[in-house]
Amino acid sequence: MNGYNFAYLDEQTKRMIRRALLKAVAIPGHQVPFGSREMPLPYGWGTGGIQVTASVLGAADTLKVIDQGADDTTNAVSIRRFFARTAGVATTTDTNEATIIQTRHRIPEKALREDQIIVYQVPQPEPLSKLEPSRAETRRMHALAEYGSMHVRLYEDITRFGHVAISYDYPVMVNHRYLMAPSPIPAFDNPKMHMMPALQLFGAGREKRIYAIPPYTDVRSLDFDDHPFRTTRAPQCCALCGADDSYLDEVVTDDQGGRMFVCSDTDHCETRQAEGHTGTGEPVVKEAAE
Amino acid sequence: MTEETLLSARGLSLHFGKVPALVNVDADLWPGEVLAVVGESGSGKTTLLNVLSGRMRADSGVTWYRDPQSRLHDVHAMPAPALRALHRSDWGFVHQNPRDNLRMSVSAGGNVGERLMAAGNRHYGNIREAAIDWLAQVEIDPARVDDMPRTFSGGMLQRLQIARTLVTHPRLVFMDEPTGGLDVSVQARLLDLIRSLVARLNIAVVLVTHDLAVARLLAHRIMVMQRGEVVETGLTDQVLDDPQHAYTQLLVSSVLQA
Repeated sequence: MNGYNFAYLDEQTKRMIRRALLKAVAIPGHQVPFGSREMPLPYGWGTGGIQVTASVLGAADTLKVIDQGADDTTNAVSIRRFFARTAGVATTTDTNEATIIQTRHRIPEKALREDQIIVYQVPQPEPLSKLEPSRAETRRMHALAEYGSMHVRLYEDITRFGHVAISYDYPVMVNHRYLMAPSPIPAFDNPKMHMMPALQLFGAGREKRIYAIPPYTDVRSLDFDDHPFRTTRAPQCCALCGADDSYLDEVVTDDQGGRMFVCSDTDHCETRQAEGHTGTGEPVVKEAAE
Repeated sequence: MTEETLLSARGLSLHFGKVPALVNVDADLWPGEVLAVVGESGSGKTTLLNVLSGRMRADSGVTWYRDPQSRLHDVHAMPAPALRALHRSDWGFVHQNPRDNLRMSVSAGGNVGERLMAAGNRHYGNIREAAIDWLAQVEIDPARVDDMPRTFSGGMLQRLQIARTLVTHPRLVFMDEPTGGLDVSVQARLLDLIRSLVARLNIAVVLVTHDLAVARLLAHRIMVMQRGEVVETGLTDQVLDDPQHAYTQLLVSSVLQA
């Protein structure tokens, strides 16, 4: 595209971001500050992820962008079209074909491979932010690996609800050393990060932080010995493809309490449908709504 | 005394600009002993406490701490991680205002359990059991283990802070006016509690107070400070019954006899 450098960012900026990425990969889970740029989309829409993607994108790459698992939402479509125009790279909705996947709030259901990179959009990179408002202090806590207070949050949840009620952005220990916010992916996706063959990169544009998990790195969700980490999903099957093991979205279908559970990963759902799997196709009948 | 000191300070001096906060202060603390630091406000009591606990640096002088393996550590030359680990395990700090130390948005049980979790305890059932046990020890109804500290009275908050501090069985606790801001009957109960806990658990305490009655009740030994200097030191009863220094005499005589 005329008037723009390849993938929108100038080369100096990309070099700066790549240096931050190298450092982040060298220290798994450690937050590396970087000079975040203004991007042509609002904060909270993926300014961090889009800068990381722009820096690792090559002309031969195939890009997939998902938002809450879906390829067809405004955010995903816009970012995909942005790179198609500014970098001229091939885009896809197929997880298999993609070499770079930029994601907001989900990890694809299909297991990723060694030749793929997944880029997460991160609103709040600091897992301790709710416990300790001072960034100087949280940096010190990371440096000294003082993560006991994070368990206070889990303790409170178990006390109040009988189980840990953190359903997304569930804190993880990376490589037995750094506490890390996995971005607001559902806790359901946390186990996928453990020993993932693909490189995982995290970009927080507003907070100006980059961090990473190299391939095959130990990633553990925090828990107690007597309250081990467990994932939750809606107890239904997908209404479109019948999957009973995928993460489901609840879609309200009318104002009579009718709702439908469908896979949040649209590519996974469509692949399964093409393979001949079908669900009921019907909304769940309202239960006890008198 | 033949036993070795737990904490020793020699020649501590600190000036805030022209104001002398500490002038050549020496202090010794033996295991299981309660040392009271008394004096009027501005006499350097709290500064001394902060310097002894490594939270503040002196201009000159040294502070030695003897760990359970009988190794000596220079508190001010210790690496920050070691000092922080010490503050989380072997030492405790009881603030005048319990809200400075407690997490007000976390239940009483979570507050008591935090030091255990920081020490690496990862068993929910055990942490909760310890929290309930400690609430009982500081005379808080164990049924309130899940209540928020904001629903507690001032005296209960102070007792909760003590439970939170003592749960890891520290050997040395620094207390900064632990009974300040409480009414007299609550004070009396709290003092009674602190005295019995300290005696039973054999904890050494550096207690800062402006209240001679508190010092008389809790302390084995007493240090009287004026304008950053230690003007008199000795056994509590000896100093309070037979004060030698003019300032101590003034201090003792200014207390209303009930």
